[in-house]
Amino acid sequence: MIDFASWEMPLQYSGIINEHLAVRNSAGLFDASHMGEFLFKGRDALDNLQLLVTNNVARLETGQVLYTPMCNEDGGIIDDLLIYRLSAEEYMMVVNAANIEKDYQWIKKHISGDLELEDISGQYALIALQGPESLAILKEISNPQLEELKYYHFLKGRVAGIELIISRTGYTGELGYELYCFPDEAVFLWKELMKAGEKYNLLPAGLGARDTLRLEKKYCLYGNDIDEKRHPLEAGLSWTVDFSKDDFIGKECLLDYQKNGYRQKLIGFKLIDRGMARKGYKIMDKDKIIGEVSSGGYSPILEGSIGLAYVDKEYSEIDKKIDIIIRNKAVKAVIVKTPFV
Amino acid sequence: MDLPKDLFYTENHEWLAVDGDEATIGITEYAQEEMGDVVFVELPEVGEEFEQFDSFGVVESVKAVADVYIPVGGKVIAINEELFDQPELINEEPYDGGWLIKIKITDEDELESLMNHEEYERFLEEVD
Repeated sequence: MIDFASWEMPLQYSGIINEHLAVRNSAGLFDASHMGEFLFKGRDALDNLQLLVTNNVARLETGQVLYTPMCNEDGGIIDDLLIYRLSAEEYMMVVNAANIEKDYQWIKKHISGDLELEDISGQYALIALQGPESLAILKEISNPQLEELKYYHFLKGRVAGIELIISRTGYTGELGYELYCFPDEAVFLWKELMKAGEKYNLLPAGLGARDTLRLEKKYCLYGNDIDEKRHPLEAGLSWTVDFSKDDFIGKECLLDYQKNGYRQKLIGFKLIDRGMARKGYKIMDKDKIIGEVSSGGYSPILEGSIGLAYVDKEYSEIDKKIDIIIRNKAVKAVIVKTPFV
Repeated sequence: MDLPKDLFYTENHEWLAVDGDEATIGITEYAQEEMGDVVFVELPEVGEEFEQFDSFGVVESVKAVADVYIPVGGKVIAINEELFDQPELINEEPYDGGWLIKIKITDEDELESLMNHEEYERFLEEVD
């Protein structure tokens, strides 16, 4: 057990590599209840959200989910989050556990009009079922037409007799579902899912596998690859910034970056030499520091060391060889296409 | 936990097996369990010399990086090169195929500062 944003959570159950491979080959079950949820309710909910986040919330239909950064005036990323359109005047925002308080204060300061904002984090537990067998497992104990549920869509349904939100989202890059239920029903739901998943080799998976799985898919981790000192364009998230919107916080600065350029870019690399690259290690080209590792670790699928790093743009092309400084020694790596797997 | 009885142990969870004036060094069952899946090992060159409790290498698991410290001073006479391709041997056989280095001991008196299996067992009860 480790302390994560004041939640006591398992880093691993049966071993990170074992859990990682279960999710890629069959299925894994994660407790993601630490995530925060806010409810936006009122006639002006959409207008307020449009101002708060960089992506276009107006594109959502009821039953759809949107991934988006939320930026400050400088374009720095306050958080990356999901928005669920529950109805035309009701939206749920799902934020990172470590940022719940910060996000809530920021949002409160910037909203106006006919809108009720409520922190409902305590009202939801979140269980994520991820992996190619996740649909088959879920179908064993639920009745809604899950085959028709598309990526980044959700519905309200029943699993093991419990009413909940079934969302086809996840942080692993596999087919998968995130289930939002009431906290006092979460343990029962977990056990029923484990039972239903037994014949599919479903394994419980911890924070360790969550990290290695997202890294192989180059999904940003807040606090590592993105934070308030980084903006969505350099993080490779320009697809989540809709400049056609009238206005949103950070738009002016981000437009300026888009027009006049910016210094660094988030790239993926693979180690050529033996070693393991970790967050914070410096990256060099000959004698010049050109960047820093933002996430690094072991890829169970590639059986080697991979990572993400911010490097100066002129050194960021695919196949470019770089040196990663590990304990004062230069270790060879190469910039590769992402996702890694 | 069943600890091998004929080994010396350190507070940093290394073990040392003495054979004459030579010794084999590895990390304990407890250490490998705490670390989880080991995926990378950095070892010294044969011939390098270390003083007692110097760091002589690095063991990395998926989530953690750990220095390993030499239980007594000595000169490296062999390293376990199998670990470069199979670092998981440290998880699977920490007292056997997962050994790290062999050394020639500089000063056998330094062995007195190490724990025997009973002392190490008590030590583990305290840290847990």
